[in-house]
Amino acid sequence: MTTRRDVLALASALILLPPAVAAAAETIRIGELMSYNRFAAFAEPYRNGWQLGIGEINAAGGVAGKMLEVVSRDDGGTTGDAVRVAEELVSGEKVSFLFGTFLSNVGLAVADFANQKRILFIAAEPLTDALSLDKGNRYTFRMRPSTWMQTAMLVDEVRDLGVKRWAVVAPNYEYGQAAAAAFRQLLTQRMPGAEIVAEQFPALGKIDAGATIAALEQANPDGIFNALFAGDLAKFVREGSIRGTFEGRTVVSLLTGEPEYLDPLGAEAPVGWIVTGYPWDKIDDPKHRAFVEAYQQKYKDHPRLGSLLGYIIARTIGAMLQETEGSTDTETMIAALERITVDTPVGPIRFRALDNQSTLGAWVGKLAVENGRGTMVDVRYRDGADYLLPEAEVRKVRTD
Amino acid sequence: MDLGFVAVQFLNGLASASSLFLTAAGLTIIFGVTRIVNFAHGSLYMLGAYCALSLLAAMGPWASTPTGFWLAVLAAAAAVGTIGIVVEVGLLRPIYRAPELFPLLLTFGLVLIVQDLVKYLWGPEDVLGPRAPGLASFVRIFGYRFPQYDLLLIAIGPLALLAIWLLFHRTRFGILVRAATEDREMVEALGVNQRLLFTSVFFLGATLAGLAGALQIPRQAATPFMDLDIIVEAFVVTVIGGMGSVAGAFLAALLIGELHAFGILLFPRITLVLVFLVMAVVLVLRPSGLLGRPEAPSAASRHDSFPPLRPFGWRALATVAVVLVLLLLLPIFVSEYGLKVAIDTLVFALFATSLGFLMGPGGLISFGHAAWFGLGAYAAALLVDHLGARMEVTFLAAPLAAGLGASLFGWVIVRLSGVYLAMLTLAVAQILYAIAFQWVELTGGDNGLIGIWPPEWARGRTVYYYLVLAVTLSGLALLGRATFAPFGYALRGIRDSQPRAEAIGIDAPFHRWLAFAFSGALAGLAGCVYTFSNGSIDPSLLAIPTSVDALVMTLLGGIHAVSGPAIGALAFTLLEDLVMPLTDYWRALLGAIIVLLVLGFRDGLAGSLERRFATKG
Amino acid sequence: MSPLLVAEGLVKRFGPVLAVDGVSFSLAPGERLAIIGPNGAGKSTCFNLIGGQLRPDRGRVILDGRDVTGWPASRIWRLGVGRTFQIARTFHSMTVAENVQMALLSLHRRTRALLPRANRLWREDALAVLAQVGLLDAADRPCGELAYGDVKRAELAIALATSPRLLLMDEPTAGMAPAERHALMELVSELATGRGIAILFTEHDMDVVFRHADRILVMAQGRTLAMGTPSEVREDPEVRAIYLGGGMRREMVL
Repeated sequence: MTTRRDVLALASALILLPPAVAAAAETIRIGELMSYNRFAAFAEPYRNGWQLGIGEINAAGGVAGKMLEVVSRDDGGTTGDAVRVAEELVSGEKVSFLFGTFLSNVGLAVADFANQKRILFIAAEPLTDALSLDKGNRYTFRMRPSTWMQTAMLVDEVRDLGVKRWAVVAPNYEYGQAAAAAFRQLLTQRMPGAEIVAEQFPALGKIDAGATIAALEQANPDGIFNALFAGDLAKFVREGSIRGTFEGRTVVSLLTGEPEYLDPLGAEAPVGWIVTGYPWDKIDDPKHRAFVEAYQQKYKDHPRLGSLLGYIIARTIGAMLQETEGSTDTETMIAALERITVDTPVGPIRFRALDNQSTLGAWVGKLAVENGRGTMVDVRYRDGADYLLPEAEVRKVRTD
Repeated sequence: MDLGFVAVQFLNGLASASSLFLTAAGLTIIFGVTRIVNFAHGSLYMLGAYCALSLLAAMGPWASTPTGFWLAVLAAAAAVGTIGIVVEVGLLRPIYRAPELFPLLLTFGLVLIVQDLVKYLWGPEDVLGPRAPGLASFVRIFGYRFPQYDLLLIAIGPLALLAIWLLFHRTRFGILVRAATEDREMVEALGVNQRLLFTSVFFLGATLAGLAGALQIPRQAATPFMDLDIIVEAFVVTVIGGMGSVAGAFLAALLIGELHAFGILLFPRITLVLVFLVMAVVLVLRPSGLLGRPEAPSAASRHDSFPPLRPFGWRALATVAVVLVLLLLLPIFVSEYGLKVAIDTLVFALFATSLGFLMGPGGLISFGHAAWFGLGAYAAALLVDHLGARMEVTFLAAPLAAGLGASLFGWVIVRLSGVYLAMLTLAVAQILYAIAFQWVELTGGDNGLIGIWPPEWARGRTVYYYLVLAVTLSGLALLGRATFAPFGYALRGIRDSQPRAEAIGIDAPFHRWLAFAFSGALAGLAGCVYTFSNGSIDPSLLAIPTSVDALVMTLLGGIHAVSGPAIGALAFTLLEDLVMPLTDYWRALLGAIIVLLVLGFRDGLAGSLERRFATKG
Repeated sequence: MSPLLVAEGLVKRFGPVLAVDGVSFSLAPGERLAIIGPNGAGKSTCFNLIGGQLRPDRGRVILDGRDVTGWPASRIWRLGVGRTFQIARTFHSMTVAENVQMALLSLHRRTRALLPRANRLWREDALAVLAQVGLLDAADRPCGELAYGDVKRAELAIALATSPRLLLMDEPTAGMAPAERHALMELVSELATGRGIAILFTEHDMDVVFRHADRILVMAQGRTLAMGTPSEVREDPEVRAIYLGGGMRREMVL
C-alpha cells in the first residue's frame, strides 16, 4: 500500500516524467482521493477504516491471487485540484478505478471525470442527490445514503408526532438547501396539515447563532428541522440551550448523531433530538462488534462514521473483485457491482442498477448523554433500500 | 414583530458586533502603522481560542472559577501577543524594505502553517470549551431568555474601544501610533525608534486578536476553520471603518452586526453576501471608509518606487526560445497527467500575468481577480450547457463576457485607490460568487455545472494541450507586448505620478478602466480554457481562495518583471503538486516553503533571477 | 490682441481655509506673468485651479476665449497648457527620453495602442527637445536616478515637447543653486520667446522674478495685493509694507 510516493517517483515528477510503474503483476492498483488536509476530522478515521478493510483482504491472500494496493491522495478540497489528482491517479499511477471524495461538488467533478475517462468511481461521502439524478452516470457508484434519503428517514420518525409548525435551519450550500427542500417536499406528502413557518440559511461556518435563533423563535414553531453540523452546530446548540429554544419543541436533526459531530459536543449534546447518526456503541450485531473490536485494537480509538464507511467500501471492493475474478476491466467491474450483494458489518448491501446508489442505511434515534458524552438511544437502523429515490423521479432525469 | 423581540434582536446584533470589533481592531491598528495587510490575523484569533482551551485544561478544577477562567483568557491573549512579537521580529522585519504587499505573501504562508499546526497540536476534531463560570445562564429581557455572557460581550466592545482610545490619547506610545498612522514619514523624521514602535504595535494587535479568539470559547467550539471564517470579515469591517481607524472599525462592526441581525429576518440567505454588499455600498459612497482618511500619496509612493521595467534582453529571449521548444515537445516526454499539470500551469500563468499587468504597470491591487477568471469560466460553461454553443465560440465569448463584466464594475472600482480599491474588487468578486452560488437554476449552485468537455477533435489531452499552449501563449505575448506598448507606458506613467500623467493629457481613470477590462478579459480567457480542461465548474472558481492563489503566484514571481507572475504560477503549481502527495500536512509544508521563498527572494523569483543574470553579465 | 488666459474671481476653500479668495488676472500670448507672495498666499492653489488639478468653488478660467472652468487637467493640456510642478513630477520608472516620448504619445493620441514598442515612437523628436534643455546625455538614464536640477529640466522638456501656448511653472527653480536658477530661467525665456509661449510662474527668488517677468501679481492670504510691471510692483507701498514687515523679507531683494 502506498500512501506516499517514494523519492524516485518524486524526482521524476519534478521533471514531469511519468512515474515508473513498478507494480508487480499480482497487484491491483486502486486510486483513492479524499480531503485529508481540509476535512481531517472525517478523513483520518475514514482512512483507518479502508486500511483496516484492505488489510484484512490482503491478509487473507488478496483477491483471485492478487494483492490490493491503494494509492491514496489528498484531493485538495476543490474541484480543480481533485480533477488533477484524479488524472494523476488514472494516467500517472495507472490505477484501475477510483474511490473517495468528501464534498459534493468535488464528488460530482470527479464523477464527471470518471464518465469522461470511462473509469469506475465509488463516491464515499458526497451526499448530494444530484449524483443519483441528472448529474450521475453509469461509471459512478455512491455509498452513503443521500441527503434526500436521510431526510426521509427522519421524516418517517416524526410523521406521527402531530407537530404542525416547523422551522428549518440549514447551512447555505447545496447540502443544506437540498435537505431543506427534501424536508419541505416530504412534509407536504407525509405530514398533512404541517407547514414551514420559518427558514434560516446561515453561510457555512458563519452562523450568528443568537440572531438566527431569535429569528426562528419569532415564528413560534413547534418543531425544528436542523441540517447544521460541525462548528455551526456547536454554536447553535450552545446558544439554543441557554435560550431554551429546544424546550418543549421537537427537534429533528440530520447527521448530528454521527460521532464526528456528536463527540465534540460532549455532555452538552442536546438530549431528546431525533437524529440520524452512527451509534457505534449501541449496535449489537456480532459482525459489527467484531468490526469495532478490530478497529479499536488496531487504532486505540473508537470508530467514527467515516471509519465504517471506509471499511464498507474496502469490503465492497473486495467483493466486486471477487466477482470479476480479479479482472479490472471497467465494464466487468460495473456489471459486478450491479450484481453483487456485499456482506458488511451492518448487514448486506447492494447497489441499485438504476442510479448506482447503495442500500447502505443510517441509524435513527434520540440523543442522550451517558457518562458525560453524547450518544443515541432508541436506535433503529433504517435500511437504505426502503428510502431510495423514487424510481420514476430518477428515470425522468437520468440519461445513462 | 413585537417591540421586545426587536430589542432582543438588537442586543443579538450588538453581541456579534462586539466579537467582530475586537478582531478587527487589532487588524486596523497593525495596518494603520505598518501598512501590512496581515492575512494571518485570523490565525492569531484561532490560536487565542486554542491557547485558552489548553490553559483551562491545564488549570484543572480552578478553571471553573471565574478567576481561573478570566486569567486563562488574558493569558491566552498575552501568549498570542508574544507570538505576534516573534512573527514581527523574526519574519516581517527582514522584509520591510521589500515591495508593497510582499509581507502579505508571508502572512499567507503563516496561515497555511498555523492551520496545520493547530490540527497537529489539538487534533482535527472540534473542541468545545467550558462556558464562562458565573455567566453560563441567562437573564430575561422582555420575556426572552438572553445569555449572560452575550451581555458581557456587549459591554466588552465599547470598553475595549474606550481602553484603546485612552491608550492612544493618554500615552506617549499611543500618540506615536496615531502619528504614525497619519504620517509615517513624520515619525521617521522625529527619530522615533520605528522598530520598537512596529513591534509593540504588532504585540497590541496580536493580543487583541488572541483576546477576541479566547472570548469566543464560551460561545463556540474551537475549530481549525476559525481563522478563515473570521479573517475576511475582519478585513471587511476594517475597510468599512476606514483602515487604521479604531472608532471606524467599531462603527462598521455595529453596522454589520445590526444589519445582519435584522437582515436575516427578511432575507434568510443574506449571511453569504451581506458584509460584502455593505462594503461595496460604503466604498462607493465613501472611498476611504466611514472614518478613514484618503491615503497620503507620499506614503503610497514611498513603497511603490518601481524600478525601471526592461524588455527581455537576448539572454532572456534565448531562455524563452528554449522554454518554447520544450513546451512544444512536452507531449513526447510526459504522461497525460503531466500534460494536465502543464495545462493547469499555463492557465495559471495567463491568469497570474493578467493580474500582474494590473498590479505592475497598472498599479492597481486586486484581491478579487478570480471574479473575471470565474466569469470567463461561467460564460463558457453556461453557453455550452444552456445554449449548446461550441467550444470554439466560447474562446471568444468568454473573454468578452469577462471583459464586459470587468469594465462594468471597473468603472466604479478604478475611482478608488490602494487597499480600498483592492477590497472593492474583493467585494465585487464575492457578490458574483454569491450570485453563482445562489442562482441554482442557472448555475447549478455550489455543485456547479459538469460535462463541459472539449468537442471530439480536441478531446485528446495532447490536442487540447496544444490548443491551450497556443491560446495561453498568445495571451501572454499580448500582455507582454502591451506592457511595453504605449498603453503599458501610459499606465506606468499614471502609477508613477498621476498628476504628471494628467498634466500631459492622459486621462487616468479612463486608462485604468481600460486596463481593468483588458486584464479581466485575459483572466476570463484563462478561466474558459481551464473549464474545458476540468470538465466542470463551480463557484469556487470565483471565490477568495482562487483570488488569493493568483495573488500569491503573482507576488511570488514578482511584479517588477514581466515574466514574474508566470514564473510564480509555475513555481506555485509545481510546488503544490509536489507537496500534496507527501504528507497530510502539505499545506503547512507549502506555507513554510512560501515563507522561505519570501525571505530568500525579496524581489520575487523573477526579480531575483533577473538580478543574478545582471550581475553575471 | 485678445488675452490667452483670463482668470475671473477665482475662489477655492479647503475646509475652514480660504486658500484663494477672488483672484482675477489675464495673460496675453507670449507674456510672462509671475505670481509672488509669502508661503500660504495661495499661489500653488491658483496654479492648480488653472491647470485643472483643482476645481474652483467660484470664478471662471477662460483659455483662448473658451470657458474651461472645472475641466480635468488632461483636457486643459490638450488646449496647449503645459506645466511643471512645485515638487518636480516625472515618471521615475522610465528613462528621460521615454518621459518626453510619453507627452508626444499623448499628443498623438496613441496611449491606448497595445502592440507597438512605445520607446521607439517619436524618439527623435524627444531627443531634439532634450538637446534643447541640455539633457541629451542623460536621455537613456532612468528619471528616478537624476539629480534634482536635472529632474526639473526633464520636466521642462516634457512640458515643452508638445509646443504649448501656455506654460505653467510652479517654482521652477526651487531646490536649485543660484547659478543653476538663472541658467534654467534663461533657457526657459529663450525657448519661450522663440516660440511665442506665454508663461505663468511662481517663484521665491525675487532676483529671478524681477529679471524674467513682464508683469507681477502679488498675492497675500488668497487675495490679490497688487499687480503691475516689476517697477510698479517694486514701488507699491502696500507691497513694501507687507514685505518689509512680513515673512518674505529675506527673500525679497528690492
